[in-house]
Amino acid sequence: MTDKKNDPIAGPQSMGHEWDGIEELNNPLPRWWLWTFYATILFAIAYCVVYPAIPLLNSATQGSFGWSSRGQLAAETAKAEAARADVLAQLAKVDIATLDPKSPLMRAAVEGGRAAFRINCVQCHGSGAAGSKGYPNLNDDEWLWGGTMADIRQTIIHGIRQPDDADTRTSQMPAFGRDGILPADQIDDVVSFVRHAARLEGNSASARRGAGLFAANCAVCHGNDASGGRQFGAPDLTDAIWLYGGDRDTLHQTIANARYGVMPAWGQRLDPATINMLTAYVHQLGGGE
Amino acid sequence: MEGLLIRSGAWLAIACLAVVATALAADSAFAVQMAIVAFAALIAMGVGMAQADYSAFGATTAAATGSKAEPETGYYDDVLRWGVIATVFWGLAGLLAGVYIALQLAFPALNLGLEYTSFGRLRPLHTSAVIFAFGGNALIASSFWVVQRTCRARLFAPALARFVFWGYQLFIVLAATGYLLGVTGGKEYAEPEWYVDLWLTVVWVCYLIVYLGTIVKRHEPHIYVANWFYLSFIVTIAMLHVVNNLAMPVSIVGSKSYAAFAGVQDALTQWWYGHNAVGFFLTAGFLGMMYYFVPKQAERPVYSYRLSIVHFWSLIFLYIWAGPHHLHYTALPDWAQTLGMVFSIMLWMPSWGGMINGLMTLSGAWDKIRTDPIIRMMVLALAFYGMSTFEGPMMSVKSVNSLSHYTDWTIGHVHSGALGWNGMITFAVIYFMTPRLWGRQRLYSLRMVNWHFWCATIGIVLYAASMWVAGIMQGLMWREYGADGYLVYAFADVVAAMQPYYLIRASGGLLYLTGAVFMAWNVAQTIRGRLREEAPLDDATYDAAADRPLTRTEPAIAPAPLAAAAE
Repeated sequence: MTDKKNDPIAGPQSMGHEWDGIEELNNPLPRWWLWTFYATILFAIAYCVVYPAIPLLNSATQGSFGWSSRGQLAAETAKAEAARADVLAQLAKVDIATLDPKSPLMRAAVEGGRAAFRINCVQCHGSGAAGSKGYPNLNDDEWLWGGTMADIRQTIIHGIRQPDDADTRTSQMPAFGRDGILPADQIDDVVSFVRHAARLEGNSASARRGAGLFAANCAVCHGNDASGGRQFGAPDLTDAIWLYGGDRDTLHQTIANARYGVMPAWGQRLDPATINMLTAYVHQLGGGE
Repeated sequence: MEGLLIRSGAWLAIACLAVVATALAADSAFAVQMAIVAFAALIAMGVGMAQADYSAFGATTAAATGSKAEPETGYYDDVLRWGVIATVFWGLAGLLAGVYIALQLAFPALNLGLEYTSFGRLRPLHTSAVIFAFGGNALIASSFWVVQRTCRARLFAPALARFVFWGYQLFIVLAATGYLLGVTGGKEYAEPEWYVDLWLTVVWVCYLIVYLGTIVKRHEPHIYVANWFYLSFIVTIAMLHVVNNLAMPVSIVGSKSYAAFAGVQDALTQWWYGHNAVGFFLTAGFLGMMYYFVPKQAERPVYSYRLSIVHFWSLIFLYIWAGPHHLHYTALPDWAQTLGMVFSIMLWMPSWGGMINGLMTLSGAWDKIRTDPIIRMMVLALAFYGMSTFEGPMMSVKSVNSLSHYTDWTIGHVHSGALGWNGMITFAVIYFMTPRLWGRQRLYSLRMVNWHFWCATIGIVLYAASMWVAGIMQGLMWREYGADGYLVYAFADVVAAMQPYYLIRASGGLLYLTGAVFMAWNVAQTIRGRLREEAPLDDATYDAAADRPLTRTEPAIAPAPLAAAAE
């Protein structure tokens, strides 16, 4: 077993051990390896001197740089806030509806609104503001409650159907089926009429019967021509845009059970500058009036 | 006779208990799992009874044991043969799951709208299948090969070794079926619930007993370096597994439990476990493989004994402290983050010690890279080992981590280590062991090994490169601020930008899987005893006599005391 000999190819002596034919050479540690190892140890020691490192009984060494991750976050946040403070102060006070659309302040408002939208609004309206079932698309020019700067701002501040906000946008469509106002076959007639009005179906006996029912039950909010009524948040039923869907089943369900879409009253949560920025951002998406 | 009765009775009792647990189960998943346990226990009982040597029962007990014919080598290799097959099987399963979930990321419709096939359940199935099923079986089988041959001793307690093998397979099946049924402890790489953890603990302690027992009865004065690495892997994994999985079950007939730790303590315990699962399962254990199979295949002595000692002790001492680098910029106190980072940086050279010793072992045999595809696999494994053990310390630096953390860069890093290092060295070991275990002259086809090598290599390059690019892009997009001081991209924008890289990654994984299919075919044909007619390539000479089989008559060399043996 102990048979130290020089390896014929590599040179150095073997250790004289052998396991299942494997021997080991008596090569020294590669110098570069050893010195790099020492260097990493020195780096580690130095790093522990200048940064928080050694746990003590109730605290830890703070390091000579005085750095902490909380401190770094606070400093970076303060710096970012200081950089925006001036613009945000102006935006908190400005009347966003009358602000020059080409002014630098409006550009800053739109950029800030874009960021605030991503944090607060995309969950329902989508990251492209295109909405989804039950949540309106904000890029088009169909508005439930109005598309002027003032309308949008009002909607953002007071929300939709928020019981604890006195100025909230509110209305309540009757649940025509569930509350027994219309029987199922008459609801089907109304569906036929609405789909005819939206040019999804041709005229039919059912749609003609539905026209009368619509005039008696729906026109007060949705208008005689079904083109909607913004004071009630009643959507235009004649275009191709459907909040919940324009197929017969969905429409039947909407009429039978009604819809009761809500949106938070952001005035309770966001500061005035952010409200103004969101208003500006949503207004310039494509449908602002 | 009594032994057989006791064993069969014990299995029957376990089966009955499992049936009772099935009946009383608090949730349906637990019922399914216990039914699997009952089934496994009945199979164990049936196999034990069917294989018993009834003719020996006439004679008195003691003389009847060990009557089975010894394999020619004198080593106990049955478990190794099963282990090779299990490694190949679980490797295919794990890689297939990986390709599927990679495609799910590119095409979410592949979640199929079913809870059982959702990404959240298949992802732990993939990670556990490749790490614990594929890697674990490779480690157990190769460690039993290495410890017997470098100790010149037959495996201690072969029956216990059989239990370790089959018990480990049961652990895998329970873990995998649990994931699909939604049973999870919620800890990454430690997802199995409390009863599966308990079972693995039993199996693992038996593994330690078999391994240590073999070392104790060795016929060599010194313990070979590969065994130090295997032993550190077995001991440390036992400790990590037990501590991280401390939990209180809600019901002893239910699958749910609550972890003993909470909050940041739980997070730190988890990443102490998680990081050292990488350190001791995927690094130390596989370095054990490397230290035996690379010199054997290269037919060259290990480069430096001294380096092996220094890098072994520095590696295992430093690795255990590095876990906090998984929790940079979290609620973990700053001092702990610092220590996690500096220990990771000091770990760089100790990790590279293994690469240097492996690569330099080839000095005098470099020409084999050109001619021997198995050596080529080993060299690529060592190269990826070196690359990912440099990348790891680099990513642990806080300022790098603030960019890389939570991005797919981490996924790329893990896979350059897992596919490049663990996968390639395991394939090489399988190719080394298979012909020798089944007594074949050579592999069915060395050229097919070459095909496997290139498929896997190109696959890894596609995988790692796409994830590096994607991860860095992702990190930069997340932190990009516009001129007005607002973030430029929404999270969904970043997800959309990842799509092409997810496709490249999936294609890389598919190539890697293709290579593994070549291996499965090659191994199957070798086991069947076929040899493909082909122009020869180089391989380490296989001479059964040169492997110096154990003989009964060999004089036992008194083993040195264990403590002094690692010299």
